[in-house]
Amino acid sequence: MSANTILFYILATIIIGGAIMAVTSLKIFRAAIYLLFSLIGIAGLYFWLNYEFLAAVQIVVYVGGIVVLIIFSIFLTHGSGEDMTAPKLSRSIFGAIAAACGFSLTLCIINQHHFLVSTSKAIEPSVQNIGRQMLSTTAHGYVLPFEVISILLLAAMIGAIVIAIKIKPKA
Amino acid sequence: MIEIGIAQLLVVSTALFFIGVYGFLTRRNMVTMLMSIELILNAVNINFIAFNKYLFPHKLDGLFFTIIIITIAAAEAAVAIAIIINLYRKYKSIDVEDANSMRF
Repeated sequence: MSANTILFYILATIIIGGAIMAVTSLKIFRAAIYLLFSLIGIAGLYFWLNYEFLAAVQIVVYVGGIVVLIIFSIFLTHGSGEDMTAPKLSRSIFGAIAAACGFSLTLCIINQHHFLVSTSKAIEPSVQNIGRQMLSTTAHGYVLPFEVISILLLAAMIGAIVIAIKIKPKA
Repeated sequence: MIEIGIAQLLVVSTALFFIGVYGFLTRRNMVTMLMSIELILNAVNINFIAFNKYLFPHKLDGLFFTIIIITIAAAEAAVAIAIIINLYRKYKSIDVEDANSMRF
């Protein structure tokens, strides 16, 4: 068993374990921290696949942005250290059955399907190649989605401010 | 021990996806439901990267889709947390069962 394989299994354990603890923990702050570990494991998986730029984006956006946002919203809406109420037993049983059925169905499909692994020459996912293709206006360029996404981000930012703003009563 | 290929990565992302689905179905707290959605989106990202790496290594399209999904997830989390804070001001609770003023 090579070091690469061992590394993959360690990363998979961190990802799956963190995710399971994040959806079952009754202390909401701990759930957020377990989610953090799971997301860092996913960034490690991107490093393992040699997508360094994507791993950096994952760490900056998810770990540095979204988890911090979630922790702030926990601080704004919860008393510290209180347990959440446990979900109803029937609900967690049916949720587990639904998730297990979907999981086993997808596993069957993955096992039966024969993936045609490509042997063509790989493009290196370096920042240079990514930037060239993302901002190119020729065929296979991604400049239109790039611009649409930037407008979406602007709209979401303005929308978040408008929704969360506190209207002062007029004196 | 078998060599790690696309199937192992897909098993990991499938497990992550259905853990997220389980959390979304069982939790009734809006912040934790948002966390489950983040797990589901990350599972999709792993899928895109696995397909790009093993099946289409001569292209970068999966990578761009992943970057776009990460951006949309960030926008979605910002709007969702704004809504959660606004609901907390109105109902003093972020349980989805308590917010029922739009009930017909």
